[in-house]
Amino acid sequence: MNFVRTYSLVLILSGLCTFALAQTEHGDHHHPQGADHPHPTEQAQAGEHPATDAQNAEHPEGACGHSISIEPEFNAGDNAVHHISDANVIHIVGDMYVNLPVILKSAHGWKVGTTGMFHVHHHGNGELANDGYVLVHGSVMRILDEKFQHGEFKVEDYTHQEIEEGGKTKMVYNAIIDGQCLRLESKTTYDGGILGGGVTGFSDFSITRNVFTMLLTFVILFFLFRSVATAATRTKGQAPKGLQNFIEPFYTFIRDEVAKPNIGPKYEKYMPYLLSAFFFILGLNLIGQIPFFPGGANVTGNISITIVLALITFLISTFSANKHFWEHTLWMPGVPAVLKIFILTPIEILGVFLKPFTLLLRLFANITAGHIVILSFVSLIFILGKAGESVGGSAAGAAASIPLTLFMMTLELLVAFLQAFIFTMLSATYIGTAIEEPHHDHH
Amino acid sequence: MYAAIGAGLAVIGAGLGIGQIGGKAVEGIARQPEASGDIRANMILTAALVEGAALVCMVLSFFVAAPK
Repeated sequence: MNFVRTYSLVLILSGLCTFALAQTEHGDHHHPQGADHPHPTEQAQAGEHPATDAQNAEHPEGACGHSISIEPEFNAGDNAVHHISDANVIHIVGDMYVNLPVILKSAHGWKVGTTGMFHVHHHGNGELANDGYVLVHGSVMRILDEKFQHGEFKVEDYTHQEIEEGGKTKMVYNAIIDGQCLRLESKTTYDGGILGGGVTGFSDFSITRNVFTMLLTFVILFFLFRSVATAATRTKGQAPKGLQNFIEPFYTFIRDEVAKPNIGPKYEKYMPYLLSAFFFILGLNLIGQIPFFPGGANVTGNISITIVLALITFLISTFSANKHFWEHTLWMPGVPAVLKIFILTPIEILGVFLKPFTLLLRLFANITAGHIVILSFVSLIFILGKAGESVGGSAAGAAASIPLTLFMMTLELLVAFLQAFIFTMLSATYIGTAIEEPHHDHH
Repeated sequence: MYAAIGAGLAVIGAGLGIGQIGGKAVEGIARQPEASGDIRANMILTAALVEGAALVCMVLSFFVAAPK
């Protein structure tokens, strides 16, 4: 079947785009300024008088900030954000991690390897610094100090502290090597500082957890569709069997319920994209639902991925838009010119960009919200069990958390299908409005 | 905290909107069961649009609350 070929092409293309953009998730995210250290910043900075800080008296605090291996009070919010973020390693259980390839670029050149070179141990922290790179909470970071840019060093501990810089309070990480406190920097992100990132000294092009899950989804979908397509061509005219029976209803659903009514007679041209988007999002949503390896990555809940998907819809609908669409967007016939210049045209132009924007936010926010709710329910165990101190509390927490989590996961299963459908449906609607032919009557 | 209040307010609006959509759709289906397919598709689409507005507010409040 021809659509399979186009389909795999679109998949690979979107994969490559996403791969490049997927790096905007970054380490700073892991620790939103929790309410657990509400001390003034000067104290954290000065640090020579840790005893004055009554709340943190039990934590060893030097000029380097708090050690991250000593757990502060359990914070459900931080915990949830940490688990939905992208990472350079995949956590299986306890101190078991799957090492993933890392591809890093700094002023000192490229560095290719796997996260095995950091000797990942507890909490995704690396024991070794390698050519200036370290692994903190599963994310690669870089030591700013020039002396440590080559060779391996043993990292004693990692710390984090709040510092004041340019009038803003920032959370920074430090590594302690040979008793020296070394400032770390996160990977470059292109969010312009909205999420706390920015351009730094190194870029990370690694196969992260999210990229790995995407590649896995590509492979699964490719082989699934290849086998279904071969079966469809071989048994043409006969009743479908096996996997075909599972896939074909989706195909006819997208064709008859989504593409035909929304796009109109020229729907066939857009079927490859709609099907790609639908199955890609559905596949990622479902893999994200699996709580253990190889699932568990929050791919469609990562804004970079949804940005790329919405961008593709935006490009397709904008470039296939006809004269009729632009006329009605920029210079609506039959409306007074004053109204057009001041109200209608600005709003319509804004609408052109708002449509893909809501498209990307809807998918991102729905999946993220679902994951956060599930993680919050799981956090109940730790909140009630006072982070492992009270067994009875943990048991009560588990008794409350398991049915709630099960309920949420069932709901999320519905949301996984619904969001894939809505994304496809709205993409089809946007393409449909862009290529709609004028109804030949007098305006 | 204000971010959380904002997110809550956004949810009130979306809840009212989606409640209306769901209620009217069920009414419509009860009146005209043969049109249930069309009604359901439009219901989901409209609900998605309402939800989109609410989610924009929620994400904005998340950005306000997120560390700089």
